[in-house]
Amino acid sequence: MKDLKALIEKIVTAYGPTGSENHVAELITKEIEPYVDSIRIDPLGNLIAVKKAEGPKVMLAAHMDEIGIMVTHIDDKGFLRFAPLGGINPNVLLGTRCVFANGTRGVYGSERLNPGESLTLAKMYIDIGAKDKEDAAQKVKIGDSAGADYPMVDLGDRLVSKAMDDRIACVILIETIKQLKNPKVESHFVFTVQEEVGLRGARTSAYSVDPDYGIAIDVTRTGDTPKGITMDVSLGEGPTVKVRDSSILCHPKMIAFMKEVAEKEEIPYQLEILEAGGTDSGAIHLTRSGVPSGVMSIACRYIHTPSEMIDINDVTNGIKLMTKILESEFPKI
Amino acid sequence: MLLKYITEAAGVAGDEYEVRDVIREELKDHDLDIKTDILGNLIVSSKEELEGPKIMIAAHMDEIGMMIMSIDNSGLLKFRPVGGIDPKVLVAKTVVVGKEKLPGVIGSKAIHLQRPEERQVPLPMEALYIDIGAKNKEEAEKYVKVGDFAVFDTKYEEFGDGYAKAKAFDDRIGCAVLLEVLKEKYYIPVYGVFTVSEEIGLRGAGVAAYTVAPDIGIALEGTLAHDVTDMDDHLVSSKLRHGPVLTYIDLSVISDKKLVALAAQTAEANDIPYQYRNVMAGGNDSGKINQSRGGVPTIEIAVPTRYVHSPVSVIHLDDFANTVKLVKALIHSIESGGYEIK
Repeated sequence: MKDLKALIEKIVTAYGPTGSENHVAELITKEIEPYVDSIRIDPLGNLIAVKKAEGPKVMLAAHMDEIGIMVTHIDDKGFLRFAPLGGINPNVLLGTRCVFANGTRGVYGSERLNPGESLTLAKMYIDIGAKDKEDAAQKVKIGDSAGADYPMVDLGDRLVSKAMDDRIACVILIETIKQLKNPKVESHFVFTVQEEVGLRGARTSAYSVDPDYGIAIDVTRTGDTPKGITMDVSLGEGPTVKVRDSSILCHPKMIAFMKEVAEKEEIPYQLEILEAGGTDSGAIHLTRSGVPSGVMSIACRYIHTPSEMIDINDVTNGIKLMTKILESEFPKI
Repeated sequence: MLLKYITEAAGVAGDEYEVRDVIREELKDHDLDIKTDILGNLIVSSKEELEGPKIMIAAHMDEIGMMIMSIDNSGLLKFRPVGGIDPKVLVAKTVVVGKEKLPGVIGSKAIHLQRPEERQVPLPMEALYIDIGAKNKEEAEKYVKVGDFAVFDTKYEEFGDGYAKAKAFDDRIGCAVLLEVLKEKYYIPVYGVFTVSEEIGLRGAGVAAYTVAPDIGIALEGTLAHDVTDMDDHLVSSKLRHGPVLTYIDLSVISDKKLVALAAQTAEANDIPYQYRNVMAGGNDSGKINQSRGGVPTIEIAVPTRYVHSPVSVIHLDDFANTVKLVKALIHSIESGGYEIK
C-alpha cells in the first residue's frame, strides 16, 4: 500500500495540463518500459504501449491531461490573462494557485465585480508576482499552460489531490501492466491527451490502434456527499462498471462481461450511470466502423477542483478488475 | 483583381461553385493538379511525385448567408441563416438571391411605425424577410425557389491608407492567401484545399483531410479583430496592421506548439510582423484536420479581420501580403527540415 501511495503521489502531482502532457508521458514510460513489448508516442502526443498476446486487440485508455489554463495575454503590469483548458468553474479557481512547466507559480485573482455580477474567466487573471510585462515575460510566454499547484494529502484510505482526474486511472493502467500474467488479448494501453477538451487524443489513437474492443478508465461523480447529486455511486464501494454517460451507452455485452469478471473474482463493483460528462470511450466506440466499448470508473469527490478525493481501496480493486478482465475471454459480439 | 473577384463571388455553404470557378480561373496558367471531391472541396497539388512531410493547407470557400425557406402570399421571402449570423446586422441590408443574383432588400418596419417598446429591442430573425419587388407569391415563384441562397450585395473597395472592405473576408482572404501560396514551387508535397461548409460545422475539411492524409495541417482564416473601441486589451482578439495572427487555442483545437514556435521563428527571421490571438473563441478547419485519422499536428494562421459575419468586413492589405509571405516562408522552413514528423 505504501508503494502504491508513492506511485499515486508521483503521477497525480505531476505537471500535465491539456496539451502539455509530455512530462506525464515520460514518467509513465519509465514505469512501464520493462513490462511492455513496444511503446511509442503518436503525432498528437498519445503514449501507446503494447503487450502482445494471441487474441483480439483491446484498447485501454486513461487520459494523462488535467484541466488547466493557457496564457493568452500579458498586460503592462505583468498580469496574465488566460483561456480555460477543460471545464473550469471560475468560482473554484479564485484564490487558488497554479504552476507552469518551468516551475513558475501564480495565484488566480479577479477584477472587482459590481454587486450581483457573476465571476467569469474573462474577469480573472494570474498574478505571478511580476513587477511588469518585461519581468513576467522572463518567466511565462503566451501559449504556456498551467495546472493546479497542490500536494497530495493522505487521509488514510482517502487521498486528496489535484488531477486524480484522470491520473488515478493512469496509475491503474501502470499497475495492470506490471501485474498482468496470462492475458487472453493483445493489450494496447493508451495514455491519451486532450480528453478534457473533447476526447481528442482518444479519437485519433483509436483510429491508429484500430481495436476490436475498447475500455476507458476515468473518474466518476458520487452521490455520497451532503445534499449532493442523486447518484448510486459512493467512495470505497469498488470500481464502477459504467452503463452510460453523455458520451456513450456502453455495449451491453461489455457491461455483462465486466460484471461477470468482477463477480467471479469477488471484486466489489458498482454500476454507474453518469448524467453529465463523458470519457474516452465516447470517442473510441465511434471509431471507424464502431468498437464495442465499456468504461470502468473510480468514484471521486470534488472533480475539477484542486482537491479531488478518491478511496485507495477502489484503486486496488480497480487494478485487480482490470487485470482479470484482460486475463479473461472477451465476449463474442 | 483577385480580392474583388473572390469576395464578390457568392458561396453560401453548400453552393460554393462561383468561388470554385474563380479559383480555377486564377490557377489556370499554373501546372497544378486540381480536383473537386464529392462534397465540393477543391484539392490542389503538384503534378510531380514529391517526397517529405505532406502539408495540407485549408481555406474555406463558404461564407455565411441565408437560405430561402418559403414565399408568402405577398411575394416576400422568408429565410433562415446559414452559419452564425447576428440578426441585428441583417435589417435594411441589400442582398442578392439565387444563381441569377436577383436583387433584394431585407425589409424592416420604419421607426415611425414602431411601438415605443419595439424601438428598444432588435428585430428577431423571424420578423425579417427579403423583398424582391414581386407583387405576389405567383410572381415571386417565377424567379425564386425554396432552397435558393441569398448573400449580402457588397462590392469590394479599397479605402483609407491601405484598407479594403468587402463581404466574406471570412474566409475569402484565406482563399486569396492560399492562391498566392500555391503559385510558388515547393519541394515537399503541399496540398491546397479550398473547403466547403466550414460555417455550418467544419464539414468539408474533415473529409478532405481524410482523403489527403497529411502530416501537417495549416488552416488559413480571416480572424476576429476588434481593435476599434476602448475594449480591454486582452479582449480585442487581434489588431489590424500588426501582421498575421497565430492561434494557440480555440474551441476546436490546440495548435501544435512546435509548429507555432516555428512559425514565430520564421516570421522573425524574415522580418514579418506577427501577433498572437488573445481570445479563445470559435473554431475552424484546423480542428477537423487535427482530429483526422491518427491525428495531425496543426496550426492556424489568419489575416486579422474586423466585422466578420456581417455584410461588410475590413482588412488591411499589408496584413494580407505579410500572411502570404509568412505561409510561404513557413513551408520553406518545413521543407528544410524545420519540423520533425513523428
